[in-house]
Amino acid sequence: MRRLFLALAAGMILALPALPVAAQQAPAPTQTTTPTAPISRPTSGLAAVLAENAAAIAKPSRQTIGPVIAAIGAAGPGAPEFLEAWADRRVGQRADGRFVLLAPAPEGYALSDPATGQALGTAPKSEITELKPNSGVRGLIASALVEFQLNDPDPAKRRAALDALARNGGPEHIAPLRAAIETEPDAAIRAAKERLEGLLTIRHGSDPARRIAAIEGFGSDLGLDLRGALNPLLATTRRAFAGAPEGNIAAELTPGRGDFDAEAAYALLVAQDMAPARLTRAALRAALEAHIVEGKVGGIPVAELDDPARRDAAYAALETAGLVPPAATDDEVAAAVVAHRYADLYAEPDAAVTDAARAALHGIETTVGAMQVADLALDALSLGSIYFLAAIGLAITFGVMRVINMAHGEFITMGAYTGYVVQTWISDYTISILVALPLAFAVTFGAGVAMERLVIRHLYKRPLETLLATFGISIALQQIFKNVFGTQARPLTSPGWLDGALMLNDVVSISYIRIAIFVLALIFLGIFLWIMTRTRLGLEVRAVTQNPSMAASMGINPDRINMLTFGLGSGIAGIAGVAIGLFAKVTSELGSDHIVQSFMTVVVGGVGNIWGTLAGATLIGSLQKGIEWLNPSNTLAAQTYMILFIIFFIQFRPRGIIALKGRAAGD
Amino acid sequence: MTGLRKYLLGAAMATLFTAGGALAEGDTIKVGVLHSLTGTMAISETTLKDTVLMLIEEQNKKGGVLGKQLEAVVVDPASDWPLFAEKARELITVNDVDVIFGCWTSVSRKSVLPVIEELNGLLFYPVQYEGEESSKNVFYTGAAPNQQAIPAVDYFLEELGVEKFALLGTDYVYPRTTNNILEAYLKGKSIAAEDIFVNYTPFGHSDWSKIVADVKALGADGKKVGVISTINGDANIGFYKELAAAGISAEDIPVVAFSVGEEELSGLDTTNLVGHLAAWNYFQSAESPANEEFITAWKAKMGEERVTNDPMEATYIGFNMWVNAVTAAGTTDTDPVADAMIGQEFPNLTGTTATMLPNHHLTKPVLIGEIKADGQFDIISQTEPVAGDAWTDYLPESAVLESDWKDLNCGMYNTETKTCVQLKSNY
Amino acid sequence: MKPGFLAKNPSVLSFLLVLAIFTLAVTLMSEAYGAGLVSTSMVKTLGKTLTLCLIAIAMDLIWGYTGILSLGHFAFFGLGGYMVGMWLMYARTREIVVSSAAGALPMTPQELQDAIATQIFGVVGTSELPAVWAFAGSLPAQLALVVLVPGVLAFVFGWFAFKSRVTGVYLSILTQAMTLALSLYLFQNDSGLRGNNGLSGLQNIPGLDGVGQDALSVWFLWASALALGLGYLLAHFVVSGKFGSVIRGIRDDEARVRFLGYSVENYKLFVFTLTAIIAAIAGALYYPQAGIINPAEIAPIASIYLAVWVAIGGRGRLYGAVIGAAFVSLVSTWFTGGRAPDLPLGFYTIKWVDWWSVLLGLSFVLVTLFAPKGIAGIADWLQGLRPPRRGGAPLGPGDGSLQEKEALE
Repeated sequence: MRRLFLALAAGMILALPALPVAAQQAPAPTQTTTPTAPISRPTSGLAAVLAENAAAIAKPSRQTIGPVIAAIGAAGPGAPEFLEAWADRRVGQRADGRFVLLAPAPEGYALSDPATGQALGTAPKSEITELKPNSGVRGLIASALVEFQLNDPDPAKRRAALDALARNGGPEHIAPLRAAIETEPDAAIRAAKERLEGLLTIRHGSDPARRIAAIEGFGSDLGLDLRGALNPLLATTRRAFAGAPEGNIAAELTPGRGDFDAEAAYALLVAQDMAPARLTRAALRAALEAHIVEGKVGGIPVAELDDPARRDAAYAALETAGLVPPAATDDEVAAAVVAHRYADLYAEPDAAVTDAARAALHGIETTVGAMQVADLALDALSLGSIYFLAAIGLAITFGVMRVINMAHGEFITMGAYTGYVVQTWISDYTISILVALPLAFAVTFGAGVAMERLVIRHLYKRPLETLLATFGISIALQQIFKNVFGTQARPLTSPGWLDGALMLNDVVSISYIRIAIFVLALIFLGIFLWIMTRTRLGLEVRAVTQNPSMAASMGINPDRINMLTFGLGSGIAGIAGVAIGLFAKVTSELGSDHIVQSFMTVVVGGVGNIWGTLAGATLIGSLQKGIEWLNPSNTLAAQTYMILFIIFFIQFRPRGIIALKGRAAGD
Repeated sequence: MTGLRKYLLGAAMATLFTAGGALAEGDTIKVGVLHSLTGTMAISETTLKDTVLMLIEEQNKKGGVLGKQLEAVVVDPASDWPLFAEKARELITVNDVDVIFGCWTSVSRKSVLPVIEELNGLLFYPVQYEGEESSKNVFYTGAAPNQQAIPAVDYFLEELGVEKFALLGTDYVYPRTTNNILEAYLKGKSIAAEDIFVNYTPFGHSDWSKIVADVKALGADGKKVGVISTINGDANIGFYKELAAAGISAEDIPVVAFSVGEEELSGLDTTNLVGHLAAWNYFQSAESPANEEFITAWKAKMGEERVTNDPMEATYIGFNMWVNAVTAAGTTDTDPVADAMIGQEFPNLTGTTATMLPNHHLTKPVLIGEIKADGQFDIISQTEPVAGDAWTDYLPESAVLESDWKDLNCGMYNTETKTCVQLKSNY
Repeated sequence: MKPGFLAKNPSVLSFLLVLAIFTLAVTLMSEAYGAGLVSTSMVKTLGKTLTLCLIAIAMDLIWGYTGILSLGHFAFFGLGGYMVGMWLMYARTREIVVSSAAGALPMTPQELQDAIATQIFGVVGTSELPAVWAFAGSLPAQLALVVLVPGVLAFVFGWFAFKSRVTGVYLSILTQAMTLALSLYLFQNDSGLRGNNGLSGLQNIPGLDGVGQDALSVWFLWASALALGLGYLLAHFVVSGKFGSVIRGIRDDEARVRFLGYSVENYKLFVFTLTAIIAAIAGALYYPQAGIINPAEIAPIASIYLAVWVAIGGRGRLYGAVIGAAFVSLVSTWFTGGRAPDLPLGFYTIKWVDWWSVLLGLSFVLVTLFAPKGIAGIADWLQGLRPPRRGGAPLGPGDGSLQEKEALE
């Protein structure tokens, strides 16, 4: 009972500001009869409101629908259900103009009456016009529903109400929200309600003491919503004053100090109509053109007017003749600027509130700054791990074997496409990824071994020609991918448990898929180290790299070792392809996008050393993120400067960060 | 010795090339198709090649044009911009085509433009673009900024109440121009300069974490943030994946995209993107009998899983208008056909009528769609057809310009000084 | 009397002769000056191919003779194109601005420049002309920049790279990074060179409005042929003397040449800069024929293709590079033109537009594996088939251990 009363009261409050408009369109709930309504139509309640506003409901616009939603909200039984259905796009309009609730049925839709809930049979889809309120209208509907949902028994609905309030909360919501805190059984929702109550108080509260208390109550909370509540309080406008500035002053400005120069001050004066505008080049030209007399302007021949100085002289002559209004001279401008005072004013009139908000924000900003650095570091680490993953296969084929494999990128692509193909077979994303990873390794391992046997083996003595041959393979493979898979990007979807992001707070967050890539990169680092230092294969690989003939005379088969090493590097590229495809896109160009960066990662790090590759990837990743942070509006510039840096770096440290010394370095 | 071989080879090649021209006689009307079939743009352009081929096939079933069959000449400019100019010249001079359907990127159009104007050819350009151009020899059947970008921003301002804008784009001329126009427009709507965040990324960009975090942080001053995306092609996939991962819902920060259609969405899982927006002049989900027929024909030709998109509709309208103009003019010569084109009307696929204006742009309705879980769009707003404007009204330097090929016979007419600034384009 | 350069190198003479005959033949078959058998677009293609042959010669000098696999020479090619393109665009736009000038007052220089900038940059960017366009109004200055900008860039880059002893694949990757950085830089709108759109409409030469493209294309063919001829002469001169021996020595064993007292770095730097300048001149001739230049032209892949042309043609001999560039680029044009007939296999029809890249890629592999000398290797093979040319000089008993060639010297 109490709930219903509350809801009704809230509905009335909500409807109040809109009443003047609503009264024209819809009968207020207290009215019992409307003379204009047809006799057969219901005259009150939801059905009447719907009938009255049929046109507005069928094609709603956020700017005009407010009163209608308020009227519906106050229309009594069936209203909340109708609003919910409307927002969920479960409302349709029949050919006779009547609104019906829709439910899917074999014939099309099962219809029911919104006011009574009575079933109205079924209708095919073609006979029903579905209502599609846009998200702005849905937002309004959601705030109208808040009144009904704040105390709803279903926690999901209470959460939805809080979400709607967080987006569109107004002063009218403070009282119902406060009332709803006490009765809240769920601790988490109660905390959310309390937080929201504080935010709404800061934003819309009427009592300064309560607002200041709310501001101070948050401390140095990092929430985006808190900053979103505080910052508008501190929004300023810049004004010029003939005398002493008035209002809640944020700062008084002196022209020439900071970025507020005399030009800006004068522009402000012009904007406030406190001084005449300066003469622009175009205006000067127009004024001169308007006063051409016998091929002369102010006594100066037109032909000479391609010189700016002569134009000024001509204008001055016109000015003395009184033909044109005098333009503000530099001296006048300077005098006007000095004669006025300038200040930034807070929109919020109460100084105590702005002081509290400023103090609170100041505390928050410092923490936010630190957190932003942390977030940037996470991004850098993540980018570094992607570079590392793309380059680790190359660190084997290029770093250890010194084979330039330009088709390495296509092996990455091959892995990604393997992932895509597996997903078309196995619909469960988790299982398909688990299948795809080893399969991608197997496929690219096979491709690598085949390539080594057929092509690279014959070119060990001619390293630069390996580059050409593998480049040929690269463009052939790329085109084959296009012919087989088409040119469109193919979906490679990560399993549900990798959706979303790990949010430490509103500033620092990183998506799970990136964490997974990071972990994968670490695993491969481990595997690489284990194979190279702890297994027989690693020992033989190192032996063959250092001295093939000596290794051969010790009973190692260099051909087999080369083949396996190359296959291993290629196989890892395939797995990297699955990972990269998960977070970006799967197209035939995926690999070629990464190949140049990968080579640079290996070279910057130092060829032949996995730690070098790791260092190179980290360096390049952090560098790129650092430059992006310095110039957030142009990511392309960041990439350019990153590569320029790499060029300089290699010029001065040709062997990379971790350079091999002694004989192993020779090539 | 070997030099001689080279000469012989050159001569042999020359004969091969000219032989193509010699065979070009016959009782057909030739239609050039200039879309990249290889290289980076193949992803988008192959679809349009197939569309033109399908339309030609259907037209031939109806008896062709002027009693002659249409014959498609397909060439591959391979996403290589200079090659577009070369192939366009070849199409017109060697293959003697009467009309060319082609190009996607602005740079390819700019590459072809001087050739088309020099040889007085006819080009139908079917993609939304940045405007600021009107050539006597080109018909722009895609959207101009005022047919896509401006209505979408109006929707943001009025329907969603967005107060702070992030303009994200790929670094090339379409996003740059569109964003400049939008910035000027937003400032005119009293949005402060510091409430407009602009970012440009390279083609195919995949690392979006920092940018998405930046956009999210924009909300810190309590204003509602909206994203206007002119991100091109593949880069969108990474962007939307990151957006979904960051948990940014369409209710909090809506994203409206100008280059994301059904085709692009088929490359990713859209369940996390439901509610984000796209603005186009056509969606596959538009309900009209013509559209149903078009979709059925397309799926029958290309396969059930293929989708239709806006540039395909633009190609469809352009092709049919050309057929009607040729029929009306009674010839395929460029000048009479170009004259007959102006004022052509043809029903578009969304239930209204497209008219070719004297500035060589179309009237088009603006549709705003919300992404659905199945990769299609739910049309939530559709305007009456809007007249395409070659020179935007929102930038001072181009507000005074006008294009009228009917009465003024000028593509860049300064209404203030009453002079024709350029007769031919300055590319 | 000492025999002249040409007499000592008969291959140069025959190359020049073939080039002259080829140019003459194309002229006589062109639409502007002859029977009209070769279309204007074909003349343009052939003209462009000649400039590609020129950059291939540069590539052969640096790779085939000096052993430096530069994957960045298209950066210089593109820079040359940009330099000449700036003048072309600026001058053409100035003509338009002047001819359509409105208003009663003559323009101030500032107004003229602003109007040109507005036309060139449209609404993207400011109406102020960026500093890089400072000399765009003057043809001689821009032509000088065609040589200077790539030359200085190559010199500075080479100076650092060679002094740091960056060699082998590292140098290849470094040059690749250079061209990538340059292309990314030019991609940016803020670089002031029109970003991704680049400079377009370059085929219309300012001041030559009355001359049709059919005639212009032949003129450019002549210019390209002349440049190729001169470039071939220069390159041959460079590789034929002692200098040539030293750079070949560097290619075969750099350390040994260094121990012999040669300043390896300076030799490399000279060849690197020289080839950069040749590449730039080729680019300056190429882009007015192509009509548009933009950053995609200098993407790393272009330079890799260049290496492939030279490899297919045959490294270490100049005519090999020319043949490779001409052959691969012309065959590519033919296959992607859509005129190659489809190849029905019964179960599958091979469309060359789709499969040409695959064929091209696999042919690189085959050439590298089985014909490292490239197409020019055929010449050696033919030479081997012919009976030895004694020229009357008997191979006496004392000469029996010598081969025919050695005995003649």
